[in-house]
Amino acid sequence: MKPMALFKRGISGLITTLSGARVAAEGTDGAPPDFPPQAIYYANHSSHLDFVTLWSIMPAELQPKVHPIAAADYWGSGFKKSVAQNIFNAHLVHRYKDRPHTRADAQRTTRRTSSGSSPHTSQLTGMTDILDAGESLLIFPEGTRGPGDQVATFQAGLYRLAKHAPKVPVVPVTLKNLSRILPKGETIPVPHLSQVIVHKPLFVGIDEPQDDFLSRARNILANELIAEGDSQ
Amino acid sequence: MIGLIDATVLKLFLGIGAILVLASVIAGILSYANRGKTSSTLKNLNQRIWAWWIMAFGLAITLLIGETAVIILFLLLSFLALREFLTIAPTHRSDHKTLVWLVYVIPVINYWFLWEHWYGAFAVLIPVYAFLFLPIRNALAGDTNSFLQRAALIQWALMVCVYAISYIPATMQLPIMMSDGRDFAEGSTLGSGGPEGALLMLFLVVVVQLSDVFQYVWGKTLGKHPVAPSVSPNKTWEGLIGGVLTATAIGAGLWWITPFAWWQAALLAFVSCLMGFFGGLVMSSIKRDRGVKDFGATIAGHGGIMDRLDSLSFSAPVFFHLVRFFFTA
Repeated sequence: MKPMALFKRGISGLITTLSGARVAAEGTDGAPPDFPPQAIYYANHSSHLDFVTLWSIMPAELQPKVHPIAAADYWGSGFKKSVAQNIFNAHLVHRYKDRPHTRADAQRTTRRTSSGSSPHTSQLTGMTDILDAGESLLIFPEGTRGPGDQVATFQAGLYRLAKHAPKVPVVPVTLKNLSRILPKGETIPVPHLSQVIVHKPLFVGIDEPQDDFLSRARNILANELIAEGDSQ
Repeated sequence: MIGLIDATVLKLFLGIGAILVLASVIAGILSYANRGKTSSTLKNLNQRIWAWWIMAFGLAITLLIGETAVIILFLLLSFLALREFLTIAPTHRSDHKTLVWLVYVIPVINYWFLWEHWYGAFAVLIPVYAFLFLPIRNALAGDTNSFLQRAALIQWALMVCVYAISYIPATMQLPIMMSDGRDFAEGSTLGSGGPEGALLMLFLVVVVQLSDVFQYVWGKTLGKHPVAPSVSPNKTWEGLIGGVLTATAIGAGLWWITPFAWWQAALLAFVSCLMGFFGGLVMSSIKRDRGVKDFGATIAGHGGIMDRLDSLSFSAPVFFHLVRFFFTA
């Protein structure tokens, strides 16, 4: 193994140890999940730890081909940028606006995007290029971090990407407890054990409308969070 | 003598090793006889044996290095125990800054006082200062929803995972209190408990862990009448009586590694094992309430740290204070 690859394995091990991440396939008590060679992974978003944790649980041979999508307004400059791009293979995008999570979001299931303005087409070009090159994406369709026990409405990008590459499996991933380790707005992580649940892959139907697909995708994560979300 | 290990400590560890080899061989034979079947009892047995090997190695290696290493080991265990406890405990978002103090600051000061052999400060830091400070920090965070529950939960986590567990290495300081008096022991040099201190800690750990084992064995073979059926159907009167009495007899038989007469060793072992049983019962209640089988999975498939330390966390403080009260001046 090359020094950089070895270094990345070390970082991965460190992240999973610190976040106490237990990875399991859906509906099992710790059985290792299947990672397809190419996929569009999407997950609920509640913490800065989300994408590093998701990256670190990837199998060694797939890890170099997985590109987490990260916001340029947070990761896009200086030291953070070089860490995001050189270590985590992140693809940085400019968010068109930082939409805060609201309670109303949780009630609506999908966001109206009939105007086609969300997200900007230019945002997606870089991502479709990655898919065309045979590599994988890791995206957070909520667009911004939420409170951890709810899933906000999904942006349309997930649907567009799935449409762009209909043969590539869309793999839902539920992240549990990472928001308790490092909630939005906090800087010091507090140790908890976290869980990463990898669900069965989805494919977008030929005639499936955008809203149907997005709510189907969102519900998988929302239901998984409710399943053991009795912690309050 | 290397570190805190002399000929007697070595003999004790060889004995523990022999028992563990025997247990592993038996478990291996049972696993072979039941190959192909999944038995939760067998899985549990293998988990426990693994945990004891790790515990025995951890204690042997740290004792070889010295008291500082033992204290760091238990600081680490407290840290892992807190992580498991917080994972299953219903804390709120607004507790986050209080939890930072709970996890990173207070345990370090607690174990630092222990390392300084500063008993006066160690004994009051958590029950006085931390227990008052943490609710203050929580109140400053401004969220009054279920305030009492949240404050109580955080204090409980600290009590069990840090304060109670830190009494296990604290027992290493008892011999100097017994020989030279409590006042002299205050601020005495590191490692002044010597191999006698190590033996006292091992006495407690071995007796309480064996009590767990024999409660399990007696309960599995004869157990019919649960002590608290709604908490745990596996904790039976037969297991409790058989296990505690067997471990008490073993404690009496180990009198030669302690400064006590055989009947004093038996009494201390008896009280420790009884407290150990109640520790397991209380932790089971917490797990049942939270709807989990065990505390996390720190070592994959082997339960959590608190599943193995539940009995010791209840027995160590009582053992320590009984010895300090009756045997030191």
